[in-house]
Amino acid sequence: MTINEKQDELIEDFELFDDQLDKTQYIIDLGKKLSPIAEEYKTDENLIRGCQSKVWLHSEMRGDVVHFEADSEPTAQISKGLVSLLIKILSEEKPEDVANADLYFIDKIGMSSIITSRRAGGLASMIARMKEFAQRAAEKVS
Amino acid sequence: MCVLFLYNNVNVGYFTILLTINGNYSPLIFHKVLDIQKIRQDFPILSEVINGKPLVYFDNAATTQKPLPVLNALTRYYEHFNANIHRGIHHLAEKATSAFEASRHKIQTFLNARHVEEIIFTYGTTDGINLVAQSYGRTFLKAGDEIIISTMEHHSNIVPWQMLCEEKGCVLRVIPINDEGELLMDEYEKMLSEKTKFVSVVHVSNALGTINPVAEIIEKAHAVGAKVLIDGAQASSHIDIDVQSLDCDFYVFSLHKLYGPTGMGALYGKKDILNAMPPYRGGGEMIKEVTFAKTTYSDLPYKFEAGTPNIADVVAAYTAVEYVEKLGKKQIADYEHELLVYGTDALQNIEGLTLVGTAKEKVSVISFVMDGIHPQDVGVILDQQGIAVRTGHHCTQPLMQRLGIPGTSRASFAVYNTKEEIDKLVVGLERVKKMLS
Repeated sequence: MTINEKQDELIEDFELFDDQLDKTQYIIDLGKKLSPIAEEYKTDENLIRGCQSKVWLHSEMRGDVVHFEADSEPTAQISKGLVSLLIKILSEEKPEDVANADLYFIDKIGMSSIITSRRAGGLASMIARMKEFAQRAAEKVS
Repeated sequence: MCVLFLYNNVNVGYFTILLTINGNYSPLIFHKVLDIQKIRQDFPILSEVINGKPLVYFDNAATTQKPLPVLNALTRYYEHFNANIHRGIHHLAEKATSAFEASRHKIQTFLNARHVEEIIFTYGTTDGINLVAQSYGRTFLKAGDEIIISTMEHHSNIVPWQMLCEEKGCVLRVIPINDEGELLMDEYEKMLSEKTKFVSVVHVSNALGTINPVAEIIEKAHAVGAKVLIDGAQASSHIDIDVQSLDCDFYVFSLHKLYGPTGMGALYGKKDILNAMPPYRGGGEMIKEVTFAKTTYSDLPYKFEAGTPNIADVVAAYTAVEYVEKLGKKQIADYEHELLVYGTDALQNIEGLTLVGTAKEKVSVISFVMDGIHPQDVGVILDQQGIAVRTGHHCTQPLMQRLGIPGTSRASFAVYNTKEEIDKLVVGLERVKKMLS
């Protein structure tokens, strides 16, 4: 599946809910399914400087695709859910696709106020970090 | 003795209770009871709908909402008064100047300052503290002098002093607190010595709601010859302030936490101290005469008010103070205390919720943490239910470190809040628990 196909599928999933609280519940539940990040990757370097909760992101190349792993501090369940959405959409994709991805799902699922504001622990900085890694990887490949 | 009837004073928003004593009407006004529903009508923003739910605004310690009279005062200023003040010869400039100076008198009375020129307009509490640290501190403090603050200070009452310490080589000392969030006064006393030159403490903690014994703090500091600044940002809307009886050297607060406009505050300083202090910023209005060889400065209070001030907001501040005075500080405090007691009781009954800050003397601020739940998630899920609270460290990181928590969720009540809204908060928090369990 391409990045956009994954986004479209996610948008469809969220269309089932019309209430913000139900959407948030769905995000929390998705977060619970996110595989935990290895302890060795919870370094200061991998820490995303967000406003209120801690989120770590580990990025590496696996063959010709980018592999992302991420986690939040255990109590920050909404952050963890949002992180899991980004992993779902962007992990195991070609670096140039990640770098150029237009993440329109954020607006379409109606959660942009949480994702782009400072409240969710700097999810915007996490996206920037993912794209930056992909950009550098793409430059190395070409 | 019984309550005969409630007389609704339509203009002011409170009931006057008349009594009968032995069957005779008594003209005695027993107690003014605020008519909260009427007060709520003064605040248009309270009718906002957030995420399909009526707004419950519990972030009053960050900023209070503004009543219609204040909003009208702002519009009226720009429609009928707008001109630059002090130097203008024309009619509008005179009107604007007298409205601006009327606010100074209003704030003088509000704080019970002895002289009107002891009131300096600032951009807010932070600005006032910086003014004192930079002007008084840089002039009168030297290497080795000690400045005392407390563990529960807002960053705005920490950083300006740290900057001063770095520059001048002064030493910053910090009054510790107990687990309830009260200052350890014994420790404070032990800290005081002839080295103590300045004490700067918060009147009411923004994160915990603790009311500090500032009169005692001031008296003890003066006994060793230190000057004292009180940060009144959180106190001004809840507590009666009398700078003469407190005998503080400086008192700072912001109008936006007192139902007034943002970007405007006041610094009170004792006249002789302000007179001895050099200007902090240079520019218009603070000068007497400028030549390239030498500039002489204006007298108080203009010496500290360089540049065109925030005229409209200063003018509207008059109305904000007047609004609070009409309701009555005591009536506001009594009602808010009722909300505090009701809210504390209700929140305490939520399983897994722990109150942070349980001082004996508190204003209507309730900070709390919930087992296994990040404060940020509490804030997001409450917001989706239309309830606005603040989450995080509340710009008091050292306090959070002392308490061993990353942050709290904080509900802070103002005069327009109701018990029904607190009930909604309780339901909202139960939902938070259910969603995150």
